[in-house]
Amino acid sequence: MTKALPSVSRPATPGFATFDETPHSLLIDGDGEPDFGAIQTSDDFLDLKRRVKRFILPATLAFLAWYVTFVLLSAYAADFMSTPLFGTVNVGLTMGFLQIVTTIIITMAYARYSKRKLDPQVDKVRALVETDEELA
Amino acid sequence: MTGANTAINLSVFGIFVLLTLYIVYRASTRNVSASDYYAAGSSFTGTQNGIALSGDFLSAASFLGISGAIAVNGYDGFMYSIGWVVAWLIGLMLISERLRNTGRFTMGDVMAFRMRQRPVRAAAANATLVISLFYMIAQMAGAGGLMALLLDVHSKVGQAIIIAVVGIVMVLYVLVGGMKGTTWVQIIKAVLLLLTVSLLTIFLIGKFGFDFSSILDRATQRSPLGEAVLSPGVKYGASDLSKIDFISLALALVLGTASLPHVLMRFYTVPNAREARKSVVWATWMMAIFYSCTLVIGFGAMALVGTDKITSAPGGENSAAPLLAFQVGGTVLLGIVCAVAFATILAVVAGLTLTASASFAHDVYANVIKHGEADPRDEVKVARITAVCVGVLAIVGGIAANGQNVAFLVALAFALAASANLPTLLYSLFWKRFNTRGTLWSIYGGLTSCVLLIVFSPAISGSKSSVFPDVDFALFPLSNPGIVSIPLSFLAGFLGTVIGGEKADPDKQAEMEVRGLTGIGSGLR
Repeated sequence: MTKALPSVSRPATPGFATFDETPHSLLIDGDGEPDFGAIQTSDDFLDLKRRVKRFILPATLAFLAWYVTFVLLSAYAADFMSTPLFGTVNVGLTMGFLQIVTTIIITMAYARYSKRKLDPQVDKVRALVETDEELA
Repeated sequence: MTGANTAINLSVFGIFVLLTLYIVYRASTRNVSASDYYAAGSSFTGTQNGIALSGDFLSAASFLGISGAIAVNGYDGFMYSIGWVVAWLIGLMLISERLRNTGRFTMGDVMAFRMRQRPVRAAAANATLVISLFYMIAQMAGAGGLMALLLDVHSKVGQAIIIAVVGIVMVLYVLVGGMKGTTWVQIIKAVLLLLTVSLLTIFLIGKFGFDFSSILDRATQRSPLGEAVLSPGVKYGASDLSKIDFISLALALVLGTASLPHVLMRFYTVPNAREARKSVVWATWMMAIFYSCTLVIGFGAMALVGTDKITSAPGGENSAAPLLAFQVGGTVLLGIVCAVAFATILAVVAGLTLTASASFAHDVYANVIKHGEADPRDEVKVARITAVCVGVLAIVGGIAANGQNVAFLVALAFALAASANLPTLLYSLFWKRFNTRGTLWSIYGGLTSCVLLIVFSPAISGSKSSVFPDVDFALFPLSNPGIVSIPLSFLAGFLGTVIGGEKADPDKQAEMEVRGLTGIGSGLR
């Protein structure tokens, strides 16, 4: 990001507030750089973090658990995995194929969730610093 | 195979190589800045990059190695396919977007973001070089086997010469093309590979009356192992130790993918995080289709070619897919499949060479030696010299590893990546307190433990299938070290941080977290 000049909306001296100054400009420091510490503790950013965590934590745990189950069953329950299901296709091969299917399902679910719940929130956080730069 | 057939093979092949070289040349006429050379000016769309990402990832190991492993070992070979698909979820949800937002060219950019620059960049570059080299050695071995089959060369010396020639051609692509040229080769190759594999799969299923079960049925009749190939345990079921080896392999596959340096570098060739995400979604779809097809092709090769014929062919297990092509489509299809396989290897080696050279030039030369004040032109020059050096080393290693299953060799590179990079990346993205000492401990701890365990494993010495079968210094019983070295690296990173060293910089941490999730401050839109 190019170093923006101090924005026009920023008062020249402390205590001299103008009407067009938004509370958002607090998130930009004196050099016009984003104040990351302030953004990190802003409500909008904390909300974004919560939304990210709400999806990726359970999804990651779920797919890892499902994968490890498959691996452990293959290693220690070979008899169960060799039970025929359709013709010569057995439980193990079916389960393996289902791993691929669930991967696609989680991928598409994440893409959809990001588009609906994460991207708008990212835009909101970005707006905290961008309103000011655009005025500059 | 007769001389005339070899001529057809070679011409299909030669045309292909010339055509791609031309494309690389055209695509790279404006390859001047460091950003152009390393990241193609970040100019690719998510879709293009997603296809290129699968092109980068679908290596000889995936095509030749997995179909061979399934054709010989059945179920246990299928494990590779599954691990490599599932692994993309880590890349999608945890790594890709944050990496795009926080870095520029290399893995070192992200690892060193909030740490002391020089030691961490040097460590990241070391890890990148070692991992890429291992990966390339596997690809070179695959190329050797493939060309040996194509030209019907049985002698080890002849195959060694082939590997050397192939390796030189591949390095040329990188020198001429940079990232942009390489990306186009990858896109073309990914499309060709997926088309070939899907058509072959549809043909096979059709041949058996659209009944997958009857392919398996026929396969069990043609395998000396009979029904057992459909069950787990053919290769890894013999003892408790080999079962642990299987779990170790499975861990390396799933955790290594999203920490391979050349895959990580692919997230930089797009303009922003949303495009990076889109890339992974595209890549995941392509992988899912591809790896489902390997199951049919592997068992198809077992059914139509037969396990015995595969293991005794030049190139061994790696020749299952080409032999199957010859069986169903004669010389022309063999030529096409070999050309596609060659393109596969070419594209992957090009990507790896580029990654290794970028990492050395950008992290070591520009940031460690020149303190971040290198002339970008010099940086690109250093990158090109590194590409040549890495290429030469890979050729030598490839000659030594010739004849091994490529998927198995590549799995070692995955174990290295999962040990050296994944813990470091995850800690630095998600753990506030993680500091420079923790970073160094986890990179070097994972890397050295993994390299040492590989050196002293049965993969290198002590058994018939080793690289050095005549000597025995295999002190470590597992052929894939992941189950030991990955947790070790997590532990090292944790201990390094907790025991002391300088405190993590809270400002930098805030910047990294905010930037990683939103892209603020990265200049990306």
